[in-house]
Amino acid sequence: MGAITLDKVTKAFGTMAVIPGVDLEIADGEFVVFVGPSGCGKSTLLRLIAGLEDVTSGAIRIDGSDATRVAPARRRLAMVFQSYALYPHMSVYNNIAFPLKMAGQDKATIRRKVEGAARILNLTDYLERRPGQLSGGQRQRVAIGRAIVREPAAFLFDEPLSNLDAALRVNMRLEISELHQSLKTTMIYVTHDQVEAMTMADKIVVLNAGRIEQVGSPLELYNRPANVFVAGFIGSPKMNLLEGAAAERHGAATIGIRPEHLEVSTGAGGEWSGVVGVVEHLGSDTFLHVQVEGLGPVTARVGGELDIRHGSRVWLTPPPERLHRFGADGQAIRQAA
Amino acid sequence: MARAVTRRRKLAFTLVGWTIGLTLFFPILWAILTSFKSEGEAIASPPSFLFFHWTLENYAEVQARSDYLLYALNSVVISLGSTGLGLLVAIPAAWSMAFAPSKRTKDILMWMLSTKMLPPVGVLVPIYLLFRDFGLLDTRGGLVAVLMLMNLPIIVWMLYTYFKEIPGEILEAARMDGATLAKEIVHVLAPMAVPGIASTVLLNIILAWNEAFWTLNLTASDAAPLSAFIASYSSPEGLFWAKLSAASTLAIAPILVMGWFSQKQLVRGLTFGAVK
Amino acid sequence: MATLHTRTTARFMLSPAVLLLLVWMIVPLGMTLYFSFLRYNLLMPGMEAFAGIENYQFFLTDPAFMDALVNTLLLVGGVLLITVVGGVFLALLIDQPFWGQGIVRLLVISPFFVMPTVSALVWKNMFMHPVNGLFAWVARGFGLAPIDWLASVPLLSIVIIVAWGWLPFATLIILTALQSLDQEQKEAAEMDGAGALSIFAYITLPHLARALTVVVLIETIFLLSVFAEILVTTNGGPGTASTNIPYLIYAQALLQYDIGGASAGGVVAIVLANIVAVFLIRMIGKNLEA
Repeated sequence: MGAITLDKVTKAFGTMAVIPGVDLEIADGEFVVFVGPSGCGKSTLLRLIAGLEDVTSGAIRIDGSDATRVAPARRRLAMVFQSYALYPHMSVYNNIAFPLKMAGQDKATIRRKVEGAARILNLTDYLERRPGQLSGGQRQRVAIGRAIVREPAAFLFDEPLSNLDAALRVNMRLEISELHQSLKTTMIYVTHDQVEAMTMADKIVVLNAGRIEQVGSPLELYNRPANVFVAGFIGSPKMNLLEGAAAERHGAATIGIRPEHLEVSTGAGGEWSGVVGVVEHLGSDTFLHVQVEGLGPVTARVGGELDIRHGSRVWLTPPPERLHRFGADGQAIRQAA
Repeated sequence: MARAVTRRRKLAFTLVGWTIGLTLFFPILWAILTSFKSEGEAIASPPSFLFFHWTLENYAEVQARSDYLLYALNSVVISLGSTGLGLLVAIPAAWSMAFAPSKRTKDILMWMLSTKMLPPVGVLVPIYLLFRDFGLLDTRGGLVAVLMLMNLPIIVWMLYTYFKEIPGEILEAARMDGATLAKEIVHVLAPMAVPGIASTVLLNIILAWNEAFWTLNLTASDAAPLSAFIASYSSPEGLFWAKLSAASTLAIAPILVMGWFSQKQLVRGLTFGAVK
Repeated sequence: MATLHTRTTARFMLSPAVLLLLVWMIVPLGMTLYFSFLRYNLLMPGMEAFAGIENYQFFLTDPAFMDALVNTLLLVGGVLLITVVGGVFLALLIDQPFWGQGIVRLLVISPFFVMPTVSALVWKNMFMHPVNGLFAWVARGFGLAPIDWLASVPLLSIVIIVAWGWLPFATLIILTALQSLDQEQKEAAEMDGAGALSIFAYITLPHLARALTVVVLIETIFLLSVFAEILVTTNGGPGTASTNIPYLIYAQALLQYDIGGASAGGVVAIVLANIVAVFLIRMIGKNLEA
């Protein structure tokens, strides 16, 4: 069981409030991702849950019982650190066994559990090696193994993939997702990478300056961003956010349109007209960076290949149902319909 | 990266390098050579460099005439004792400052450093009088205490810079894994910090072994370490150069070897981490 | 960055070191300061009386004090000059690739590990002795009259002895700094058309600036306290020709038993050292933040 509740949790370092106040419900078995730009307080929030930092006020409940003042080791949580935090002087076996030894389990149980975890994580052949002799991905798996054997109520991941190269990151992302499918244990995962958030999460928590901007499933955030910040943060390439006359025409302070939703035409005309700057051909997609007259730079994404060159004129049309409208306070204006 | 170095250039540098190296080392070499000469050959002019009658009698004489081993033992006790005691106090302190720093940590470190800046001669009088009044003059215990206190800032600083390099996340991982503070230090921190602790120990043994202000002023005979014992050769025993050389060779040899092994770490310790 | 529990433990573990050093600093310092205002001679026990600033007046107006101050500055300055210039030169040399580099490095740093009493006596007897010393032999070889180093140029002799011991220190630190210089920086400068001299002046030297400052400051701290070398060679003489401030205070206290006067001298020495210490501590403090 691993339901976690944060109740008006605040954290201040000295006089500086890093987390002004967070309420959050995490259901048992959920994969929750905390995402936000660096310095938004997502790691601090995770460390508060872990017990590595004291909360300034508020309460943290794990499975209904108050864990606010409980020592980290007693919270039945396991953490995978950004740097993996493996013990460099211990073999892989001893790294994974360490929490079990600390818990005073007998040798046979330890062996069984470590070998079980090693099998799941493809580490069986590496048990006698030191962390220094492993690749980044293997180290990551050792760190996960060390977490698994404790059979925790929840796993905490602190930007676990940020030290891996791009290809490996995609692999590990899948492995962690699969792990979650098979273990069905609560996972809280911190990242600054919205792609990781979108691909892995059941529920995304978007944080900014210590506040929760929006909580929702990936598609909810994508389709119905609650405010300008979430709109700009979720989705790649970023949503085009336009202010001024174009926005006023739609009765908003800011309007947003995702690049993939813009209709692009090279001849027939459209709502906006502009000159193509850089064109990025990805094969599967083509990104157009267009300088729209009276609006400024707008990015458009077209599926497949598109024969278009720097300096060409294009017309862009935002379909009204895909348009996001935001008020002067940055909050989304929901259609009356 | 690497580019071919011409053989001529390399040869030239080899020549210059070895000449200067040997010149700087020469006084030590000369003392070692002289220690194997008879007293007559030791003061002979022109001096003989290698072709003299090699003898070990000076080493035997030094022990027989002045109980060399007592002084050596004093040196060992004083340098090991002060280093060991220092570690005992410094490891917890360095742990605190490296892994649970507070707003005042930096000030405390700076203040510790500033105690090291106090010239010993500035407190010579009170320390001497206190030692006299408490019967500590010429005792090993007294000297161990003074040298421990004198080098404590260096020990704390060195350990601190080494501990700082151990990622805090590893200790946090241990904490999450259920390790108590004691287990965290014994199973995780200490094994990881072994190289750092070892070089701290080495540097401190070197500093304590070579200390020659307090040892000269606070000891006479019973607790005098080698640095004070050698000083007794300044007169009139100083006339016996071969014996002086034998005593000197014995006194510097162990520390020289230690110094060679710890040269890299030495820089960090002696500059309080300012140069690595 | 930790929980309250950890912080409490930390404070507890830090306290022994802090308390010990606090006592070690406050007690003797307080006593020195107190004695410095007393008329207090060990040969006349029971005669202690408040003396006001008399001890300071005596100490500071004593012609020996001026001599000692000048000697101290000359000693510090001379050794610094030799070790810093020599250290840069030696470090640059050892940094070049040549056969037996590692061994030469060991040879060069060795003098640092020789205890001051040994180095002083070896130099005094086997090198600087006017009759049997190697220098005398070399001088005669060139047909010159040997000089009695410690009698005719005592301060210079001591500068040489001390500099020999500290040259390795400077070399080692400068060498370490030199080797931390990013090779790509040099290569970039080379691509930009800089010659060897320009690279040294514009890249290497600025990179060494910090290490050099550290060398100067740390050596100064230690050199202000040179004592053993003088005690076993010249005893401060002839006259006061090689007396520095530590030796003067030592003589005042343990040879003349003038506790009050020596304490006043001690306070003066502390003030002098602190002038340097302030700069050093600032610099290291800055480094701590980086």
